[in-house]
Amino acid sequence: MIWQQLQSLAGSYPLALRGLGMTVMLSLISLVLGTLIGFGLGILRNGGNWVVSGAIGTWVDLIRGTPFLVQIFLIFFILPEFGIELDAFTAGIIALTNLAACFICEIVVAGIRSVPTGQVEAALASGLSRWQRMRQVVLPQAMRIVLPPLVGQYVLLIKDSSVVSAIGLTDLTRVGWLVVQRVPNGLLVFFLVGLGYFIVCYPLIMLARRLERRMGAAHGEVQI
Amino acid sequence: MLENFSFRTIVEYLPLFGQGLVTTVWLSALSFAGALAVGIVLSAMNLQRGRLLRVPAKAYIDAVRATPLLAQLYFLYFGLPRLGFILPELVVGILALSLNSGAYVAEIIRAGILSIPRGQVEAGVASGMTYVQRMRLVILPQAFKVVIPPLLGQAIVLVKDSALLSLISVAELTRAGQLLASDRFMPAEGFVTIAAFYLLLYYGLKGLAALSGRWLGSQPARSRA
Repeated sequence: MIWQQLQSLAGSYPLALRGLGMTVMLSLISLVLGTLIGFGLGILRNGGNWVVSGAIGTWVDLIRGTPFLVQIFLIFFILPEFGIELDAFTAGIIALTNLAACFICEIVVAGIRSVPTGQVEAALASGLSRWQRMRQVVLPQAMRIVLPPLVGQYVLLIKDSSVVSAIGLTDLTRVGWLVVQRVPNGLLVFFLVGLGYFIVCYPLIMLARRLERRMGAAHGEVQI
Repeated sequence: MLENFSFRTIVEYLPLFGQGLVTTVWLSALSFAGALAVGIVLSAMNLQRGRLLRVPAKAYIDAVRATPLLAQLYFLYFGLPRLGFILPELVVGILALSLNSGAYVAEIIRAGILSIPRGQVEAGVASGMTYVQRMRLVILPQAFKVVIPPLLGQAIVLVKDSALLSLISVAELTRAGQLLASDRFMPAEGFVTIAAFYLLLYYGLKGLAALSGRWLGSQPARSRA
């Protein structure tokens, strides 16, 4: 019986590959976009304008305060009411990117605040422009604090991408759900699904730990 | 646009949302208690010098942290019946949340205990304290202070994670929103309302975390007494 199940499982490997591909695609796209937007938001949040900074802070808090599943449902079901037609993939990307951007914004803010004011003052005294100050003085030093939790955030993002299966995207978790309807061995099927995630996430966790030790950061903002 | 956003329907379904909220609160509380139990055992195992206990604890923590909660939930939901355990969805959900959060709690406790300076332990040894005395009188009271804020952070994560239980049809808060979406085709009303309820819980716990931080911070240092 277990032999039959294994055969049946082997037969569904194209589906599994497609699922893995979907998970990787979703994670990768939202990881890149989320990092870019997150850094932008973090820098703006630390900028002088209190309206912008307050608006970003409020948005980040709203996103941190609600379950990701609810955010996906809101985006998938409510944006169409504003006349924006979305397929599930786009909705998933928007939700994941937004989530990543908000958490990365917080990480970047913490990193920038960790840079001693003397550094900024020295840059000011040297006549560096605002942009030069950020790019050449503050950010390079902030990266020491930012990098370990950033990698940790990527792990969270990959794991959170499993939630988009709730709006019908065929990612790795959804594939497990489909296969278990045919091969009634939940332990085996979801062990394999878990293994898929583990292979991607575990090296990143190790990297985050190594960075944390190397960068000598006392503690990160995010636990993986 | 949302011009026909119906507050009336929300009010009409308020009892359903209320029930969902209550369920979310108590199932999260129960899961958090479970997570504390799992976390304490795991961190104790993880702090041992012998590999026999430490290696399995580490492996468990890594396995949980490197896989999504949803996959873990399905693993238990579809896997337990195969092992002969036919449990209600709610129990499976609480189990999954406890086992998942337990791994994170274990790391928080371990970090808390390891944050106590070595000198404290050595002073305990020099005073002739036994291992248990050192733990109980020196290390744990100090670690307690360090551990409370991140534990409350984990409680926030747990409450949000509990939304995933709606996917195995546990009648909690998110499920109430889904019902409004599927029965009355009013996803906006349903999901905006539950988002508001989750925010309520979030700000409550966040306030508690801030309060505990202030309270723990203002406590007089015991070493000076």
